[in-house]
Amino acid sequence: MRFILRNLGFYLIAFWASITLNFMLPRFMPGDPVSRMFAQSQDQMRPEQVEELRRLFGLDDRPLWRQYLSYVHDVCTGQLGVSISRFPTPVSEVIGAQIGWTLLLGGTALVLAAVLGNLLGIVAAWRRGGLVDSVLPPLLIFVGSFPYFWLAMGALYLFGLTLGWFPLRHAYDVGFTPEWSWAFVSNAGSHLVLPALTIVVVSVGGWMLGMRNTMIATTAEDYITMAEAKGLRPMRIMFRYAARNALLPSVTNLGMALGFIVGGALLTEVVFAYPGVGYQLLSAVQGLDYPLMQGIFLTITASVLFANFVVDLVYVRLDPRVRVG
Amino acid sequence: MSVTDPGRTAAGATPAGVITGPPGRPVPPPIPRAAGARPPRRGLLAGLRRSRKATAGAALLLLFVALALLAPVLSPGDPSLIGSGGAAEPPSAGHLLGTTAKGQDVLGLTLWGARSSLFVGFTVGAAATLLGVVVGMSGAYFGRFVDGFLSLLTNVFLLLPGLPLLVILAAFLPPGTGTVIVVLIITGWAGSARVIRSQALSIRGKDYVAAAVVTGERAPWIMFREILPNMASVVMTTFLGCVIFGIGAQAGLEFLGLGDVSVVSWGTNLYWAGNDGALMTGAWWVFVPSGVCIALVAFALAMVNYAIDEITNPRLRTTGRGLSRRGKEG
Repeated sequence: MRFILRNLGFYLIAFWASITLNFMLPRFMPGDPVSRMFAQSQDQMRPEQVEELRRLFGLDDRPLWRQYLSYVHDVCTGQLGVSISRFPTPVSEVIGAQIGWTLLLGGTALVLAAVLGNLLGIVAAWRRGGLVDSVLPPLLIFVGSFPYFWLAMGALYLFGLTLGWFPLRHAYDVGFTPEWSWAFVSNAGSHLVLPALTIVVVSVGGWMLGMRNTMIATTAEDYITMAEAKGLRPMRIMFRYAARNALLPSVTNLGMALGFIVGGALLTEVVFAYPGVGYQLLSAVQGLDYPLMQGIFLTITASVLFANFVVDLVYVRLDPRVRVG
Repeated sequence: MSVTDPGRTAAGATPAGVITGPPGRPVPPPIPRAAGARPPRRGLLAGLRRSRKATAGAALLLLFVALALLAPVLSPGDPSLIGSGGAAEPPSAGHLLGTTAKGQDVLGLTLWGARSSLFVGFTVGAAATLLGVVVGMSGAYFGRFVDGFLSLLTNVFLLLPGLPLLVILAAFLPPGTGTVIVVLIITGWAGSARVIRSQALSIRGKDYVAAAVVTGERAPWIMFREILPNMASVVMTTFLGCVIFGIGAQAGLEFLGLGDVSVVSWGTNLYWAGNDGALMTGAWWVFVPSGVCIALVAFALAMVNYAIDEITNPRLRTTGRGLSRRGKEG
């Protein structure tokens, strides 16, 4: 319990740090963000909205600490301001409409990469120096060396444009509306294949190598020798004795990877014009839509922190040692 | 504490036996060293020289550095000048890698791009590692309150999502190569600080450090002359990792148009390739070279890192004890 409370405190501090960063950034920026946004919005903004934005960015006349307090209050009550590029829509609504696609893309890719990578790592460590162990690691390191977005471009060119197997952009074809029908789900699925595949291909190597290395350390433990001496079947030793214990670091990595996938999906989303928060973040940057940018950054941070906290809770269940340590 | 390296003779005596023992034979235990002696740093360098992975990686890296330095000789003139050849020509004898939609020579862009990409990558790598060393070492050495604060700071930076933070920072700061470098250092140092702290923490407990503290050596001297040299391999892998991060993240930022798009680098080459519709017109030769170069450099660095891991962590060697046996059975 103490362990959980301490971690919760840490995540709250991390979230506070990102809010503070968000508050301070517009002040470091040369020029006045609100004037820039006003020019960008092509006179759609009314004077009182300009005032509201000034207040949101802390550019009014109140003392700094009071601006800061009201900013923190606004963020904690979910008031992220109004998007400039989609003018009257609140930032929270814009994000709410898009985060589902990011979770779908990032989640699918993460689950596939983690399962596949861990299985390959187990096999590679078990058959040390075998085919899987000698061919796959260098190959996957090489593939993993390519930038995410470059592989995405390559896949788009090869499988989308030249071969025409998969659609080129967006999450579903024009003319569809999101609904739980077979036609829509299969259409969205075919749009998901290429973006998800490129993320899986790049990240599977990391999972495999991590699992391989902990698995090798685990197989050197005495209880493995003991299990062998008992004459247990190799499959049982491999999965129930060795892999089960070697899996713990992978659980931690899973928490870190949730943030990594959202970040990595950003570039993939841009290449495929996939309507997730990453793609939206870039459009917000290009449209000088600062409230939306900051809102998206806070949303991504909050979800990463939350995911890590959940992983911590799971970890306490899986490994009783951390409760003591 | 003498500057001479007692480990040198220890490693030099049995080099072949330690690194390349016959398969299946137990690796001899390391020779116990007296307190105060340094581990065989020479052993790491010698091991790297013997490792095929490391030499291949280093050779590939040197090739790219040479190409970057020789770019003005190999491809004289400003590569970003528009219209030196026909628009979007596929590779030919005149333009070995073809031309872009604006008629620029792709080979020239790639060679010149290496300069900015390698420069930013190595600058970011060096600075992020340095910052990580200072933060990680101070935390491990001073402990208590200092360590608590620095660890908290490190963990917070480690958790903040990197690429979105990069994008936000780059959007608020004025565009330029300097901004890209600063932004990458801010987002890249935390990982190295964590690795170096944990390694320094284990050395901090060694007797010879305690001896130095009792002797009254100053803290920076102990940190950088006593502890740091014994972590050469960790600092090196961290540095190479930071360089990989720097090159990749710079390419990502510039691809998004958040760098200085007038500078020729592998990232901006990809940005212009995307902007000029190289994908849609099927001009694969425009976006392939820069991506392959990034991958080759990152791969070369990863190979050297992989070799260091194998040399310093005996358990990862393919001829591990008892495991080759299991491999044949299973």
